[in-house]
Amino acid sequence: MRYKSRRSKLFIVALLFLFPLLGLSQVPERVPKPDFETDYIRPDFLTPTPRATALEYIDIGVLIVALFLATYFAHKQRSRQNIFLLMVFSLAYFGFYRKGCICPIGAIQNVTYALFNPAYAIPVFVIVFFVLPLVLALFYGRTFCAAVCPLGAIQDAVVLKPTNVPGGLAAVLSVLPYLYLGLAVLLAATGAGFIICQYDPFIGFFRFGADFNMVIFGLSMLLLGTVVARPYCRFLCPYGVLLNWMSRLSKRHVGITPDECNNCRLCEESCPFGAIKKPDEAAPPANREAEVKKLAFIIVLLPIVVFGSGWIGSRLEIPLSRLHANVSLAEEILLENSGQRTELTDETKAFRASGKPTEELFAEASAIQRQFKVGGWILGGFIGLILCLKLINLFMRRRQSEYYVDKGTCLSCGRCFSYCPYEQVRLGIITPKEAEKMGSKEVKIKQFRA
Amino acid sequence: MIDKTSKKPLKRRDFIRKSLHAVAGLTIGGLAGILFSKSSSEEMVWQLDPNICIQCEKCSVNCVLPHSAVKCVHSYSVCGYCDLCSGYLQPGTKVRDTGAESQLCPSGALKRTYVEDPYFEYTIDEKLCVGCGKCVKGCNSFGNGSLYLQTRHDRCLNCNQCSIARRCPSQAWNRVPASRSYILKGDEKKKFLKS
Ligand code: SF4
Ligand code: SF4
Ligand code: SF4
Ligand code: SF4
Repeated sequence: MRYKSRRSKLFIVALLFLFPLLGLSQVPERVPKPDFETDYIRPDFLTPTPRATALEYIDIGVLIVALFLATYFAHKQRSRQNIFLLMVFSLAYFGFYRKGCICPIGAIQNVTYALFNPAYAIPVFVIVFFVLPLVLALFYGRTFCAAVCPLGAIQDAVVLKPTNVPGGLAAVLSVLPYLYLGLAVLLAATGAGFIICQYDPFIGFFRFGADFNMVIFGLSMLLLGTVVARPYCRFLCPYGVLLNWMSRLSKRHVGITPDECNNCRLCEESCPFGAIKKPDEAAPPANREAEVKKLAFIIVLLPIVVFGSGWIGSRLEIPLSRLHANVSLAEEILLENSGQRTELTDETKAFRASGKPTEELFAEASAIQRQFKVGGWILGGFIGLILCLKLINLFMRRRQSEYYVDKGTCLSCGRCFSYCPYEQVRLGIITPKEAEKMGSKEVKIKQFRA
Repeated sequence: MIDKTSKKPLKRRDFIRKSLHAVAGLTIGGLAGILFSKSSSEEMVWQLDPNICIQCEKCSVNCVLPHSAVKCVHSYSVCGYCDLCSGYLQPGTKVRDTGAESQLCPSGALKRTYVEDPYFEYTIDEKLCVGCGKCVKGCNSFGNGSLYLQTRHDRCLNCNQCSIARRCPSQAWNRVPASRSYILKGDEKKKFLKS
């Protein structure tokens, strides 16, 4: 773009007329570069650098230490107070100081994007943020959720008067995170965008600014969070799905009691997230066959449900693919070219000025639509599978004789610990004898008679 | 957590759990391995390509920051130092004065200083610039295109999903490696790429 030669005035005038044709992409040098006679020196062009990569490694360090402490506080110390303090720190550091980016929840999309787009080199620290909490959950449960996740922390801080979400409703709502996860992965894989970040309800608080709708969404989530503890965590968070899977398989997981359970029922209502399960009254043997039959029925039904919902997913190809900029652009161009719309949008103006052939855009758009078709099948099938697994889970009730935490949904927050008389014994507040007295005889008798 | 009904399912369940645990561990490990093979130690940051941008003004209002991280920058090596700067003056302005009413910039961020006859230097006061791109459009239409928009990385939060990028009508935004965090013009470009 640098020329020493001077162009004739005529040429400049001609260029001015040609300007619309030349397009906006490359602006030619119309005005000659001045030859200064004074010793004028051009000012420096400043290029302030992004946040140093070294600082990202500090973030990794903070994450590792926080995860270690969270696990230590929950498993060894069993101290709700320390977990809470760490949670406040994480809210301040990962939330308000680091402005919520990057977090493992959003990293799901970077990971997917990296897997499907060879051009994107995923930064190392994003991988670490994605992988570490999962690995930890595989061994010690969701201690990340208890005290490290800034989104969890901001919700946990407003839990005032948690009420129970009825079992049926909770079961239905618990499918949402799977749907959200599937959609986010599909949209990231096709390059349509990162919806988890786009619809993050709390990031606006961390940055002290968001658009109006998101502020409303965030505020209502917090408001709801005062009575329904951590609504985002339980009924939306897509990373929670992955953590849930890992945590279910965890080797060690926090328990309500440090020792034994005598079914005193004191902890029954202590979990605001509904993660404490009552002992199942052992089913009489006669029911067993019926249960096996039901199970067999679902297993036969499974391929049909998976296929059916996969089909529904693939039908969503058109509306879903519109979320990709190229597809919606192609549709607009089509409308304009067919004369159905006369007014150009910014998008179509920019496209027309870019000089890219329309055919190329259409080819790209239909390729993306095909991806959405395949993706829709997979997404639908996945949701169908989840529905069936949830049903099967209902019938595969574990026969438990004690109160226990559901390893998948327990966030290791430590709230229930102090309700347990054996925890009180551990802390030296009461004697083992007193603890035993609190045991509920009826429950035990009912249990062992079956 | 003792299964009282029989011992066999317990063993079987334990075996299933252990194998699933191993499978999960291997999956995460494998995934991490694949990701590391595609990774870079460098951060990716957002930047807009000024050659694609159409100055739609979305940059000034869609940034998550109250004052957009996108500012106008000036490649002095490209500038013609025009007296009649089409990026500085309202179109049709006869008087080349510096009165606010004849300036294109709504916030008075573009400053004009006399260098020598007939040249004027134009600089941007970033504190005042709102990133609307009005001057850019002006400069592009009759000048050299030395004024253009860039997200300034001392301000940009580097959101995982830039909220301007997803609304940019010309798809001018991309993730770029941190060492190539500006897309510049002229000698400024050469100098930046060399450093
Ligand atoms: S469930 Fe999701 S949002 Fe909640 S604490 Fe865990 S990772 Fe964070
Ligand atoms: S630690 Fe206890 S109170 Fe906290 S989520 Fe788990 S079961 Fe609920
Ligand atoms: S949104 Fe895109 S086209 Fe509009 S001013 Fe910003 S970079 Fe330019
Ligand atoms: S990445 Fe965020 S802070 Fe930077 S320009 Fe985009 S919206 Fe603004």
